[in-house]
Amino acid sequence: MSDIATSAVADLKTAFDAMKDSGAHALRQRAWDAFARKGLPNRRVEAWHYTDLRAALRVVAPPRAAGPATPTLERGRESCRFVVLDGVFRPDLSDVSALPYGVSALSLREALARGDADILAALAGDAEDPALALNAALMQDGAVLRVSPGCVLERPLEFANFVSGGAAQSVYTRSLAILGAGARATLLENYTPLERSGAQENHALVMVLGDGAKLDHVATIAPQSADAVHVVSLLATLGENSALNSFCLVEGGGLLRRQIFATLKGANADVSFDGASLLRGRDHADTTLLVRHESPGGKSREFFRHIVDESATGVFQGKVSVAPLAQKTDGSMQSKTLLLSDGASMNNKPELEIFADDVVCGHGATCGQLDADQLFYLEARGVPKPEAEALLMEGFANEALARVKDEATRDALAARVAAWLRARETLR
Amino acid sequence: MLEIKNLHVSIGDRKILDGLTLTVHDGEVAAIMGPNGTGKSTLSYVVSGREGYDVTQGEVLLNGENILGLPPHERAAKGVFLAFQYPVEIPGVATMTFLKAALNAQRRARGEEELQTPDFMKRVNDAAAKLGVVKDMLRRPLNCGFSGGEKKRMEILQMALLEPLLCILDETDSGLDIDALRVVSEGVNALRAKNRGFLVITHYQRLLDYIKPDTVHVMARGRILRSGGPELALELESSGYKDYIGEAA
Repeated sequence: MSDIATSAVADLKTAFDAMKDSGAHALRQRAWDAFARKGLPNRRVEAWHYTDLRAALRVVAPPRAAGPATPTLERGRESCRFVVLDGVFRPDLSDVSALPYGVSALSLREALARGDADILAALAGDAEDPALALNAALMQDGAVLRVSPGCVLERPLEFANFVSGGAAQSVYTRSLAILGAGARATLLENYTPLERSGAQENHALVMVLGDGAKLDHVATIAPQSADAVHVVSLLATLGENSALNSFCLVEGGGLLRRQIFATLKGANADVSFDGASLLRGRDHADTTLLVRHESPGGKSREFFRHIVDESATGVFQGKVSVAPLAQKTDGSMQSKTLLLSDGASMNNKPELEIFADDVVCGHGATCGQLDADQLFYLEARGVPKPEAEALLMEGFANEALARVKDEATRDALAARVAAWLRARETLR
Repeated sequence: MLEIKNLHVSIGDRKILDGLTLTVHDGEVAAIMGPNGTGKSTLSYVVSGREGYDVTQGEVLLNGENILGLPPHERAAKGVFLAFQYPVEIPGVATMTFLKAALNAQRRARGEEELQTPDFMKRVNDAAAKLGVVKDMLRRPLNCGFSGGEKKRMEILQMALLEPLLCILDETDSGLDIDALRVVSEGVNALRAKNRGFLVITHYQRLLDYIKPDTVHVMARGRILRSGGPELALELESSGYKDYIGEAA
């Protein structure tokens, strides 16, 4: 390791030593050891080939101090909300007094202090990734939710992560949602800076779906300032006949790595991971996912749309792996990119790794510009060129948004896409 | 209405239109017939303003104004409408969103008030009912999953909504079965009006059985070689285009 990398790891070690006594010592230590063996990933690590976290974290920001006492927080769709502000779970800002029937909630700190074996096992996750290991070693707080078996929730649950402005600091959160067998819920996951800042954030959300559970998940990652570094991980484990329908809107800002590790443990599990990313300036956004089919009859869908403008860089790495046991797996992955300027770039790397012989798996990745035929068609109907371009870009993103089932949520996402496109017009 | 005078058009080094002259009067349905590769589609694109064509000489006048320097959307607002031979599918753009954007963009360009949603919906629904365009088609992304006939019906629906002065129908009959051809033709005929001209481009006489032209022009090698009445179309149907392609260039 170079001197710089060594000093970054030394700073992280200091942060880790300070966290050691905040519960789950063994878990943290294991995670730290796993991280320390590899260090911060750089381009020589295959899974991080397009995103050099080691270079981005040359200077490690100190852990976040407590946030403001009474911030004004945005509120989107009606939900039962759990607020984590500057890495601290805030019951005073959360809807903990009126939990829906069948839902129990704890802060991560409480959960770690109590040390329930199943919660700790679920929190530990099951993925080998240095950034995720670092998250487990340094996790400050988060929310731990459990939905009882058979419980059907009408009102969405929401993990809302806010980070206030000021000097660059680092935030590590880890949250957990456990759905009992047959439970049904909608989970929103939102990352919103109170002010844009160069924060270094590392968030993880762990989902455990029991047999027959169904979860709709919609995440949004709001734009950050250009010097921000974000890692947002999702770990999902699916039981038999369970279904997870997950969508994420990424609005760029600084360096973002979103990574998904999903394991279809039970037979006939069904997942979809969809998303849209909107990048401009010098944004760098990496979506990397690994879907592991471990049982027969599983189905997985990935559908991503990226709009990359100016000097921004997009990355999509999708790997679907099918174990020998996982016969009758049905997998399909699609990633399409619209490059809006000569300086914009996209790295697409879809991968299939199949060890079963009776499967249907496919993938497609394309990169292109606005379609001249479509553009002329709109112009010939009277739509001026800039408006026609905006309509086509919106349509392109809408193809991904259309996969969000709830109409109100879809409309709210569409409004954010439209606002991003309007900003493009004003920037010109 | 439309006067095309001595129009010369090239794509790169290739000359496509070679001194084409043609007039369409108010209320007239003019048919242009000709073999493949004579520049019929180029003519429709050049009049509606598509990029990529070099106009080296000539004029295209719409009610006396040369429109060649205008971008496509301004020509549309002035009343030029091209019904595409192959209407483009646009995934992710809802048909209704598109229709409203087009209609209101044209109204803005003409200094008219934008239509509000209830008024807009009523106009779309009325036009859709006349053309047998079902609600489900209006809910889908533009032209996506439409059959050939449905796409052409959607073109005519747009024509009815946008109320253009000059309608260019580029091989509207291609890909249509007899029933669809009849529905589309009836839609076009319903839009015939004193102040509206039509330029109907086709290979075959068949379309002209349904949309009766006032004048028929034979186009080959980038210009109009002969003009006449409806009887000319019948003559072409029996004799073919060989007399026209045969001439030395």
